[in-house]
Amino acid sequence: MSEAISFRFLIDGDDFTSAGNASVQVKKMLRQLNFDAETIRRVSVAMYEGEINMVIHANGGSADVNVWNDRIEVVLADSGPGIPDIDLAMQEGYSTAKDNIRSLGFGAGMGLPNMKRYSDDMKITTELGRGTTVTMSFFVNS
Amino acid sequence: MTVSRLIDELDLEVLSLPFPDREIKGGYTGDLLSWVMGRAKADNVWITIMTNINVVAVASLSDVAAVVIAENAEIGAGVIKKAEEQGINILRSKCPTYETAIAVAKLI
Ligand SMILES: Nc1ncnc2c1ncn2[C@@H]1O[C@H](COP(=O)(O)OP(=O)(O)OP(=O)(O)O)[C@@H](O)[C@H]1O
Ligand SMILES: [Mg+2]
Repeated sequence: MSEAISFRFLIDGDDFTSAGNASVQVKKMLRQLNFDAETIRRVSVAMYEGEINMVIHANGGSADVNVWNDRIEVVLADSGPGIPDIDLAMQEGYSTAKDNIRSLGFGAGMGLPNMKRYSDDMKITTELGRGTTVTMSFFVNS
Repeated sequence: MTVSRLIDELDLEVLSLPFPDREIKGGYTGDLLSWVMGRAKADNVWITIMTNINVVAVASLSDVAAVVIAENAEIGAGVIKKAEEQGINILRSKCPTYETAIAVAKLI
């Protein structure tokens, strides 16, 4: 795989019950491509957190996953409200999730910190009223 | 310790059991899903009272060996069906989380 294998998913912002399906599919595909269990776990958990964030906070978006032998990249892009203060949003425990979301077990303010911890590199670009793009890179254990 | 042995020892109710022979290593308890994804380890048994559909995805992506629903909490048929489809073991205990965790800890 010197050329990347690429996958694209559209994440529905209204459908909470199917949120996470893209991450589950990516997990299956990485398994078929014979990546190690720890890499698969890091990528799929971090992608799921980002996928859920787009559903909860941004009314959906898209996920692009690019896979090389030694590296995996996940790009989550939405046209939601943007993040006013990224440093604040990155703090453990900071959340603007509403009560109905919290009752489902989300809203602990741990998603972005988890994404940062599980990825080897994470970049957030955001513009108020226009949207947010989170790019995560993962180096494959060898 | 396999999942099926855990079921026998703790007298757990079986709701979904696609992988009875899966090995359990350690455990995690918690209901806030991002905490679980940040702290639970692969092959843990995850004890929770959360029972909505997202529990299945979190269990799958975190690669836990089994979910144990504590307190005999209600869980929908749709959630159990999805767990079977995605290869997730789901069991249920009559005990509260604390007692369930102690019982698990004594075994593993
Ligand atoms: N894609 C996004 N668009 C707009 N705001 C976002 C987006 N992602 C995160 N945020 C903001 O950053 C905050 C922190 O996000 P984080 O994922 O850490 O926590 P959470 O989603 O609120 O809770 P948890 O992830 O623990 O369920 C969110 O509450 C929200 O205000
Ligand atoms: Mg989040």
